[in-house]
Amino acid sequence: MSDALTIRGLDCFYGETPVLHGLDLDLRQGEVLCLLGRNGAGKTTTLKAIMGLIPARAGSIMLDGTELTKLPAHEVPKAGVAYVPQGRRLFAEMTVAENIEIGLMTRGKGKATRESVLELFPLLRDRLKQQSGTLSGGEQQMLAMARALCLEPQVLLLDEPTEGLMPSMIARIRETVAKLRERGVSTILVEQRVDAVLSVADRVSFIENGRLKETVDVERLREDHALVMRYVGVG
Amino acid sequence: MAFGPHLLLATLEGLVTSAVLALMALGLSLVFGVMRVVNVAHGEFFMLGAVLAWAVTATLGGNPAIGFLAALVISPLIVGAVALLAEQLVLKRLNYNPEATIVATIGLLYIIQQLALTFYGPDARPVAAPFNYRISLPWFGYSGYKLSIIGASAILLIATWFVLTRTRIGLVMRATQYDSETAQAFGIPVERVYAGVFALGAMLAAVAAVLIVPISQAHYLMGLDPLLLSFIVVIIGGLGSLRGTVVAALLIGVSDGVISVFFSPTLAKIIATLVVAMVLVFRPQGLFGTARR
Repeated sequence: MSDALTIRGLDCFYGETPVLHGLDLDLRQGEVLCLLGRNGAGKTTTLKAIMGLIPARAGSIMLDGTELTKLPAHEVPKAGVAYVPQGRRLFAEMTVAENIEIGLMTRGKGKATRESVLELFPLLRDRLKQQSGTLSGGEQQMLAMARALCLEPQVLLLDEPTEGLMPSMIARIRETVAKLRERGVSTILVEQRVDAVLSVADRVSFIENGRLKETVDVERLREDHALVMRYVGVG
Repeated sequence: MAFGPHLLLATLEGLVTSAVLALMALGLSLVFGVMRVVNVAHGEFFMLGAVLAWAVTATLGGNPAIGFLAALVISPLIVGAVALLAEQLVLKRLNYNPEATIVATIGLLYIIQQLALTFYGPDARPVAAPFNYRISLPWFGYSGYKLSIIGASAILLIATWFVLTRTRIGLVMRATQYDSETAQAFGIPVERVYAGVFALGAMLAAVAAVLIVPISQAHYLMGLDPLLLSFIVVIIGGLGSLRGTVVAALLIGVSDGVISVFFSPTLAKIIATLVVAMVLVFRPQGLFGTARR
């Protein structure tokens, strides 16, 4: 299987503080790859580096023949990477429709994309005129995902989409990720909790101190819980 | 003159002040709202607009209406280009750092002011109004041109509101204002938006200046008072709120007109400054602003 996204030897700094040291990562075509690791291991930084929001000091991020580290941040989404940031980061003062519009504008997508995204999240259709900051947490997460899917991305980056949501909502987010995999979207999913991951991920990469430690198939993880204990430190 | 007509006259004068002030303060507010840059040189863009209006009309000569209309187009375009240059040469290189840009725009203020003194000179020079029609009211005659300033300002404010709330350009500007990092993750070229907004803010000041210059003459120090009043308007109205800017400009302009006529201009300034102090104490985000996130 070919790779959707390949990261090699990525170094990133916050100011003078190194966060990623020569990180390697492979995202296969059409898979859901989960990044696991402790707080501050560099999971969110990895996603931000892919988006060009944190400059890479060294290394490469290849998307389908395009070197992303050479692009200015606003060109990365146009190349086909969509980002659902931690904490959702909606344009909260704008309506649901306006948030979706911004997503559509990114790659010049039109009505057809809008319809297919709204089909995925029918709840949003009734809320189009509502100010997005007044939605419930789960609805906001759906909108954040909808906004990202308006790019019709090859690669989707999800940063803790289930954080702070009630179980029924978590289940729906998980269903959506599974549906997207069927559509052929390659996804990098950052999560804190292993149980949120096991049912949707194909492979899991463990990150520690800004380095990739190990990548395993999710079946192996189910059998061997010691791995999780070692890198995440919780059952 | 009886009290009623006197009050009407004072209110009309105040409305003219408000109209110009609203345009200028809107430029200041947009630049701060979107870029987080406090543009101390904003008054100099206003002055430059007026001086260029004089230069354009003096060069063209002939019919004052044609000269004025030419100035209304050419002067804001040149001022916008100057602002764009300043943005690329200075603000961008400072990474739009809020503190550094204050110092930088203070420097810009003196550079523009001294350049105007060098090339334009210390004189106040008039620009002819495009028309001299007087509207006769039962009690006094009033300049039709002054009324047209109010109309032109209203049209420009409505146009700005329309662009901000109903167009894609406005959507991009609001997204950048709200969260520039996420805006980039959705393909918005934030630096280009900044450049455009800075030029637009300066152009609004220049338009305000061209409108007022047939009444007040062009002078190289004319930017200071409007700058101060714009800050007052923006603080009272709430930064980044178009509605607040308009309401505060009306409040300051009309009360300035009325108090100046019936009492003294000094008292008007004292009261305006007092209102700013009170707003800062009791409602720091301004009348229509939302609290900072």
